[in-house]
Amino acid sequence: MVKKIFIVIILGFFAVMLLPLAKDFTPFQELSPVAEKYVEDGPEELGSANLVTSVIVTYRGLDTLGEVAVLFIAAAGVGFFLRKEEKGDKTPKRGSSQILQSGTAFLFPLILAFGVYIFLHGHLTPGGGFQGGVVIASGMVLLLLSSASAKINENVLHLVESLSGASYVAIGILGLVLATGFLDNRFLDLGEFGTLLSAGAIPLIYSFIGLKVGAELVGIVNNMQKDQS
Amino acid sequence: MTTIIIAVLGAIMIAAAVLAIVQKSLLSAVIAAGAISLLASLLYIVLAAPDVAMTEAAIGSGLTTIVFLFALNKIRKEDKHG
Repeated sequence: MVKKIFIVIILGFFAVMLLPLAKDFTPFQELSPVAEKYVEDGPEELGSANLVTSVIVTYRGLDTLGEVAVLFIAAAGVGFFLRKEEKGDKTPKRGSSQILQSGTAFLFPLILAFGVYIFLHGHLTPGGGFQGGVVIASGMVLLLLSSASAKINENVLHLVESLSGASYVAIGILGLVLATGFLDNRFLDLGEFGTLLSAGAIPLIYSFIGLKVGAELVGIVNNMQKDQS
Repeated sequence: MTTIIIAVLGAIMIAAAVLAIVQKSLLSAVIAAGAISLLASLLYIVLAAPDVAMTEAAIGSGLTTIVFLFALNKIRKEDKHG
């Protein structure tokens, strides 16, 4: 009873703290100077139809590199703590239902293709490397759930992850050498605005981010799934 | 119109959050927590942020729920053995 009263009091404190935020909320009528510069110059300068992408990949590219690094450390941590020797006594796992198996056989290629589509078109449509990678990972999760015997080749996973991570940084350095700064996308031809092969190195960078994020998340889920038995 | 949609989605989200806490069955609580993320991603689409909505839908209601279910499964197994 006392515990519940404490909880209510603490919730009340939070409500009082957050009340001014809600009460005095006024929507911004105009963009801040930095945002205005991005909106006005972004499409012309970087050739990306999706402004969010040009901010994430180029203007704030270093932050994205940091994010990818954080995700890598998280995946490495999960792998480290869940590492276990393969045990000999395998209890036979219960197979999944026919509906899940047939559905996965039909949906898995589509989900994979959709994930690739998302990160390849990151500079044209909403989404990008991170979202595409997560969609690929969720397709792999479906595959792992549907068949108990499915095994993911970890060597391929690690190879894809390290190669795409290294290529991402390498492209960033290429931008530094051939264009104006680290992760500058303009060392490749900007191309025609709104086509697939446009926006310089952005599709390339986003493909590597997509592959890296996908491989990392599949690795995390794979480690957890192995830890189940 | 947008305000009404936001209010309805917000109300359902709060209901799902309360359900996740009150619910005795842990499995239902995990599903309710996933539903909050799904509704949040709908909210982001209403607010014209499709990029964020995609991330929220895939991470929040997809992978996070899976991770919780793995953890739940492991807890149950250890309960049974020891």
